[in-house]
Parts: sequence; structure tokens; C-alpha cells
Amino acid sequence: MDLNTLWFILICVLFIGYFFLEGFDYGVGILLPFIGKTDIERRAVIQTIGPVWDANEVWLLTAGGAIFAAFPQWYATMFSGFYLALFLMLVGLIARGVAFEFRSKDERNGWRSLFDWLIFAGSLIPALLWGVAIANIVEGVPIDAHMNYVGGFFNLLNPYALVGGLATLLVFTLHGAVYLTMKSEDEIRARARRAAYKVGWAAAGMAILFVAFSALRTDMFDKPGVGMLPGIVAILAGLSLVATRLFLDRRREGWSFISTGVAILLVVASVFLTLFPRVMVSSLNPKWDLTVYNASSNPYSLHVMTIVAFTALPIVLAYLAWTYWVFRKRTSIKQVMHY
Amino acid sequence: MDALALARLQFAVTTIYHFLFVPLTIGLALTVAIMETIYVRTKNPAFKKMAQYWGRLFLINFAVGVVTGIIQEFQFGMNWSSYSRFVGDVFGAPLAIEALLAFFLESTFIGVWIFGWDRLRPAAHALAMWLVAFGTSVSAFWILTANSFMQEPTGYTIVHGRAEMTSFGALIGNPQLWVEFPHVLLAAFTTAAFFVAGISAYFLLRRQHVEMFRSSMKIALTIGAITSILIALNGDAQAKHVVQAQPMKMAAAEAVWNTQSGAAPWTLIAGIDQAAGKNTFAIQIPGVLGFLSGTNHFQGINQLQAQDVQKYGPGNYVPPVAVTFWSFRIMVLAGGLMILLAWYGIYLLARRRALEGRTRYLKLMLPALALPYIANTFGWIMTEIGRQPWVVYGLQKTLQGVSNTVSTGEVATTLIGFTVIFGLIAVAEVYLMVRYAKAGPEIHEPSPEQPLETAAVL
Repeated sequence: MDLNTLWFILICVLFIGYFFLEGFDYGVGILLPFIGKTDIERRAVIQTIGPVWDANEVWLLTAGGAIFAAFPQWYATMFSGFYLALFLMLVGLIARGVAFEFRSKDERNGWRSLFDWLIFAGSLIPALLWGVAIANIVEGVPIDAHMNYVGGFFNLLNPYALVGGLATLLVFTLHGAVYLTMKSEDEIRARARRAAYKVGWAAAGMAILFVAFSALRTDMFDKPGVGMLPGIVAILAGLSLVATRLFLDRRREGWSFISTGVAILLVVASVFLTLFPRVMVSSLNPKWDLTVYNASSNPYSLHVMTIVAFTALPIVLAYLAWTYWVFRKRTSIKQVMHY
Repeated sequence: MDALALARLQFAVTTIYHFLFVPLTIGLALTVAIMETIYVRTKNPAFKKMAQYWGRLFLINFAVGVVTGIIQEFQFGMNWSSYSRFVGDVFGAPLAIEALLAFFLESTFIGVWIFGWDRLRPAAHALAMWLVAFGTSVSAFWILTANSFMQEPTGYTIVHGRAEMTSFGALIGNPQLWVEFPHVLLAAFTTAAFFVAGISAYFLLRRQHVEMFRSSMKIALTIGAITSILIALNGDAQAKHVVQAQPMKMAAAEAVWNTQSGAAPWTLIAGIDQAAGKNTFAIQIPGVLGFLSGTNHFQGINQLQAQDVQKYGPGNYVPPVAVTFWSFRIMVLAGGLMILLAWYGIYLLARRRALEGRTRYLKLMLPALALPYIANTFGWIMTEIGRQPWVVYGLQKTLQGVSNTVSTGEVATTLIGFTVIFGLIAVAEVYLMVRYAKAGPEIHEPSPEQPLETAAVL
């Protein structure tokens, strides 16, 4: 395997980490105003992701940095092309990051409810936009011979992309509901469980619609070289969502969380399988696709980055795992609140 | 304004704003780590209270630094995609490494620190803050590696019109990095020192919590006295280096229009007429620039411009001289005042004077809180404006780096959007900072024994 392919896989892994981890804290943020009925309940809800959400977001920053370092042309085309969409995402991420830290620092109801809604909106916007982005990336966007995106903002908002957006939004919400079921107690846990049931149907339905749409709009099911493989992986993701419900029925909360997580993992894997070796598909001319070869850094850069990544990642993963171990207990409204 | 001007303005707004929070994050993480370590060593609960008090202020500041930092990583691709294509091969690596080595460390252990008071042993808890402090400094190192490449490209070759990395060693061995990194790090420690000293002065003047703020002040003045003097020494080394590596920047910073042989005079202030290529008036001190710059041949802007035209072709290679000149002076003046204030404080401590009795000094330390912010901001303005018209010195001009597919309207939208959001965040941030600073160390920390109603307050 060449380094270009290795970095493609590494970036896929970083996105899996980002969607798996930040996926549930987006979900918790979206559910916050509905599951937390009183202030202390809302604090307990935020507490479930309090120690980890910041590090979860770093997966996105690392994925962005890795794209910049390994595939600068991809970084340049995507970030300048999806300009206003990224701006909206940044606004969302800024709002929720500040809101987590600021919301409980003033006791007035208006202040707290303002920041609760900012957490809600700041979690909802990226959860929605990622599906929009994924659909556009796999279907292809107008990219010219000079690797420049020549469409506009509204190009990105086609029906397929909206289905993608709703799919990620609902799947992350479900992931968050299941996480909350696993990490909370009493009333909050019961409400999160009910939310998981409600959202579960919608999430599974939208995910199936997205896969069906993808079969029509992309080469997910007839990819040269790998054939139906990306499509099959996507269908497995759908089955994993069904398993979530079965585990919930049996009150196996940990397993149902793992199955929403596996669904997310498989969707990302399917998207990257569909893309490879392309990183951005040109809807104008296949020759203008950005690939892991024409968009990459030189071999020396990739070599250096490979050494750094394989030295640092095991250490990072070790202390991340340790943190989740330290904060493994369920949160309760009876405990000390730090947020 | 066109897209280029707006993109530049946006970079200025987002970066200057971001850097209002970063130095305090770096410096205060270290300060809180030191305080908590004293607590662990002495088991004196006063130091725990101290670490928690400054820790609360640290967190309010940290949050804004983090979220404004996300923009930094995205905006190179959004507004400067041609730049990103040109240097991504070299420039992307330090950004990715920064995320991997620093961001994970900071964000993980700040979570551990906030939520871990009752789950970790005291030493392990203090270690979490040391890891945050280490992470913030590692972050500074890698982002400045990237910035140093823009100031003084090293370890690359140009292939098919793109810069490609040829030596990672040369990238991190960049001499510019090794003057710039200590400068920024020391500036961050000084920022925290004056932040802690300023707020401590407020309480000492009011004679509230005198014990705690007297020792906070001692810690701050000790850090500040050391770092403010080191930064001046380092700044001198940096200036001597920049005279050689980016002569045009230093010529503009000193408003030297024509090459000076022998021991050049140093210009204290001057009226700058960039169009005419001269100063309308100047107050000068003989010989000092020759001494400061370490050269007997200080090249002038006009001669450098002629050389650059020969080297790079026709064009204007002179940065905005007045901005560079005055930014430099404002930074140095603020730095000088900080040295005086910190050392005067040390003098008072050495004479065993009770600080809380020195009201005039304490009253000075309140507005002095602004000094590090002024120095930090104008230092960066000088560095970045003084490099113009280049985005990567000698390799790519700023106007060549801008995204060519992003419209003026789009840049204007994001510029206005970010500016409004920054304004709102600033209001909330200052409100909370003042509130929590004034609340002092004795706020009702929520604890399991307290009934929920009171625990929910603050």
C-alpha cells in the first residue's frame, strides 16, 4: 500500500472517530432542551458529555489538519468550495463551545435558556451539514480543470443532500439518546430511552432512504474494482441501526450504543470506499476529479507525517481511553455540577 | 473593498481576536499549575482555593480561545485556498501535528481538571493542569513553526509552482522559529503575570482576601519580572536576526529609508511619508540603531526596494511603513513599562514592604493589565504587516494567495458574521470575567452536601 492510500485510510479513521464521538455529543446537545425539564436536569444532561466533548471536537480539527497536510489540494478545494456551509458550521461550533462553558456561570433563567438553545442550535447545524457535505462529496460537485469549485452555495442544497443531512442529523440524535440512556439515571434515563425509540424509527427510515438515493445518484453499488462492496457496507450500517432497537428492548444499553456507533463507522467506511481513490468528485468531468494522487503532498511530507502519526496516535488513544474510564459512572442530578 | 482586502481584514480580525485569549491561556495554565503544585506540596488549602479561583477565570478565557482557534485552521482553506495549494505540502504538516500533539492533550486534560476534583488524587489532578500547560506550549510551537515558514521559508523546494517539503529538520530548525517561539511563550507568561497582578492589586486595594492575593501577587511578580526581562533580551536577538533575514521588515520598523553605514542613529519618533520615501521629521539618538541591530550597514527601504525589483521583478516591495514603525514602538514601550512595573514590585517585596500599603503602585497595576494585550497585538501587527506584500516571504505575494473562487459578497458575509459573533462573545466574556474576578475566592462552590437550590447558584 502506498502512503497516499494509507493517508486516505487514516483520514477515514479520523472521521470515524469524529462522527462516533462528537456524534453522540451533538445528539445530547440536540436533545438537551427536550430531555432536561428543569435546570438541574439540564445540567446533569450536559454533565454526561462535559469531560469529553472538547476532546471529541479535536477529531475534526485533526482530520482537517491531516487533509491539509496530506492532501492540500483537497483541503483548498473543499474549504473554499463549501465556503458558506463551513461558515455556518463554524458559527455552530463556536456557539456551542462557548455555551457549554458559559451557561451555568450566571443563575438567571434567561441567560441559561439562551445558552441551552445555543447548545441545541450549535449541535444541530453541524449534525445536519455533515450529511449535506457527505452527499455532495460522493455525488460530485462542479469542479473545473484547475481543481476549483465553480458552483455556489445553493448547488449544495439538492434533495439528495438534504436527505443526507437529515440522515446524519437523526442518526446523531439517536446516538446521543442512546448515550444518554447509558450515562444517566432515573427520569433523564427514562426520557432518553423514550427519545431513542422515537428517533430510532426516523433515523433508520432516513438512513435507508439515503442509501437508496445513493444507489441512484452515486456509484456506491457499482464501483469499478470493488463492485457492490460500498453499498453492502452501507446496508450493514442500516442493520446495525435495527440492532440498536433490539438491544434497547433487552435493556442492553451499552450494546445499543455500540450498535449506533458501528452504524456510524460503517457509513463513513462506505463513503470512503465509494470515493477511493477520489477525494473530491467533479460532476463536470471525471478527469477533473481530485484523487489521492493528484491532490497529495509529496512523498517526503507523507513519510514524515506517517512517522509522527504512528508515534503519537497510540499515546493519544491511550489517554483518551483512560479519560472515558475515569468518567465511566452515570451522572445524576444529586452530584456536584461543574458545568 | 475587493475580496482580497476583505479576506485580509478578516484574517486580521479573527487572528487578533483569537490572540487576545491565547497568551492568557498559555500563561495562566502554567500559573495555576504552579499554584496547585504548591498546594499538593504544602497541603495548605489556601493554595487550593487560589488555584481554583484563578482556574475559574482561566476556564472562561480558555473556552473563547478554543472556539476562535477552530476558525484559524479553517480559514486558510476558505479564504486563502491558493496559498493553501502553494504551501500546503509544508504548512499543513505543523498544523496537523499541532492538532495531534497539542489539541488532544489540552482538551482531554482540561476536561479531567474541571471534572476530576473529586475523582483523582491531588497530585494527579495537579498533573492534569501541567499537561494542559504543556499542551498549550506545544500548540504554540507548532503554529509558530508554520508562521516562521511564512516569515523565513526553510526546508523546501519549488516543484511545478508549489512549495514541497524537503527537510522536516530544517522546518523545525528554522532560525526564525527559535527567536519567535521563545518570544511568544515569554509574552504569554508575562500576560498571565500582569493579569494575576492586576486582579490581585484590585483586592489588595480593597483589603479583601489579603493573604491570598498577596501571595498571588508574589507569584505573579516573580514570573513577570523574570519573563519580562527575558523577553527584552530575546527581542533584541530577534531584531538582530530579522535585520539579516527580512531586512525590509526591520527597515520599515525603524523607518530607515536610506542605507546607513557606520553606527546608525535610532529614530525615536518620526513623521512618515511613504509616497515620498522619506521622513518629514525625526527625533533621533545617534549610534543606537547600529548597536541594537548589530550591523554597520543598516539597509534602507529605498535601496532594498531597488534590490527586490532586481530579484523578484517589477513591483512594490515596501510594507506599510507607518503601521510597522508605530506597532514596533508601541510593543517595545508596553514591554518596557512592564519590566519597570514588575521589577519595582520585586523591589518592594525585597524591601519587605507590605504590598497592600503601596496604594499608588497597586493603582498602577490595574490599568497595567492592558499592557501585555497591547504588546501582544502590536507585536503581531508588526510581524505580519511588516512582511507585506508577501504572504510567504520571497515566495508568494498575499494577493496571489487569496481564494479565486470565493466572491466578495461571500467574504463580506463571513467577515460581518464573525465580527458580530466576536462582539457578542466579548460582551459575555467580559461580563463573566469581571463578575467572577470580583466575586473573589469565596464563592459557593457547589458540593454534594449542599442542597441543590444553593448549589445551582454560581
